[in-house]
Amino acid sequence: MSEPIRITLPLTEEKARSLQAGDSVLISGVIYTGRDAAHKRMVEGLDRGETLPTDLTDQIIYYVGPAPAKPGQPIGSAGPTTSGRMDAYAPKIIEQGLRGMIGKGYRSAEVVEAMKKHGAVYFVAIGGAAALIAKSIKSYEVLAYEDLGSEAHARLIVEDFPAIVAIDSEGRNFYEVGQQQYKR
Amino acid sequence: MVESSRALVGKLKGDKTMRTIEAVQITEAIAKLAVDANYYLTSDVFDALVSGQEKEESPLGKDILGQIIKNACIARDEERPICQDTGMSVIFMEIGQDVHIIGGNLEDAVNAGVAKGYTEGYLRKSIVGEPMFDRVNTKNNTPAMLHVSIVPGDKIKIVFAPKGGGSENMSTLKMFKPSDGVEAVKKFVLDTITAAGSNPCPPIVIGIGVGGTMEKAAFLSKKALARPLTVRNSHPDYAALEQELLVLVNNSGIGPQGLGGRVTALAVNIEYYPTHIACMPVAININCHATRHAEIEL
Ligand code: SF4
Repeated sequence: MSEPIRITLPLTEEKARSLQAGDSVLISGVIYTGRDAAHKRMVEGLDRGETLPTDLTDQIIYYVGPAPAKPGQPIGSAGPTTSGRMDAYAPKIIEQGLRGMIGKGYRSAEVVEAMKKHGAVYFVAIGGAAALIAKSIKSYEVLAYEDLGSEAHARLIVEDFPAIVAIDSEGRNFYEVGQQQYKR
Repeated sequence: MVESSRALVGKLKGDKTMRTIEAVQITEAIAKLAVDANYYLTSDVFDALVSGQEKEESPLGKDILGQIIKNACIARDEERPICQDTGMSVIFMEIGQDVHIIGGNLEDAVNAGVAKGYTEGYLRKSIVGEPMFDRVNTKNNTPAMLHVSIVPGDKIKIVFAPKGGGSENMSTLKMFKPSDGVEAVKKFVLDTITAAGSNPCPPIVIGIGVGGTMEKAAFLSKKALARPLTVRNSHPDYAALEQELLVLVNNSGIGPQGLGGRVTALAVNIEYYPTHIACMPVAININCHATRHAEIEL
């Protein structure tokens, strides 16, 4: 395993395009959260001609619905959710300048096309490693859709958040590469 | 109504063969099980992850398994959920036929326990009250998925097995023709696992239910997941099939988190039941590395 690459946000297109499928990264800075319910509202807003609740240019969205924080903690356990549920909405958000997504699992061809076109990256965090990941999250602040509870749109400050580039901006897919190597 | 049920309680108390259990005892037990299951990974799953890490050939896969193990340790030491998806509350309850529950009805007692455990234990509430139109969160993780069976004796055994949505969504069921045979079933398992790929957070645990009717097969596949990973089916043919399927699945290359490797599944557990002469239902319920359960006997 090679040393992880450190990424400090915002993530410019140039930096995003330098990342390759299979790279391990440690992400620091501000990232945003949203799951399907929040994405649905964002896209419905865009369709009505509204702007996104947050400017996502060169930003990363983490697909997460954290567990509630215990007193004294910034956030409860917070691992990634299945990204495929956001596939219907992601291309429209990428068009708005979104540079990266963190989740788990496969993406649709439409999402990969949008990533290639606009220079975005798909990272995966370890699904179920939610207590470990929570340690890299320093603050949690709800920005919009508060009624969605743990599914609200929020702003996180992270330090050395561990992730892996699963699909890079050229569309190279590490799921395919990795699985092919070990298939018998 | 109240009067007459009180009278009945009196009568039953006089009957030496009945044991009374207060509904509130069930509530308290379930609240504790909800928290324990979500904070503490059981040793069978933990040990399987450790030996999986030793076996894993992919360096990235090894690293991922190491992080998953570390995560389980953090969850245990800091008493926080292993995974943020603390699941739908699947509960298997075996109630002795000589038990009389007093002071409330069973389902309410169970749901009160779920609400208490999920609220006081800082577990995520992941249930919507109506599945298709409004999808509004019930805010206390109720209702539970309660499976009750009545057994001989005067005890209540409760198994609490929270089930995450990511892995549940990858489950499948197929009504085979008996002539399709075991080869078709093996292919079905492999197709299901391949299609699921990275989504159910591999390494996974595979629960398979064979026989009965459609709903029985699905139930058995869920029940199979609650069996310790170290225990094989007592029927030699099914035990051999469990082992063979584990090898086949681990040859898929999917590996930890689907990023490639040798350890795709930790175990395959099969349960079977008699079925109709025309039928061979097979249900596959996938669980993730966060295969959680806790149990108690009252
Ligand atoms: S599949 Fe399991 S480990 Fe993965 S997010 Fe869901 S509950 Fe957590």
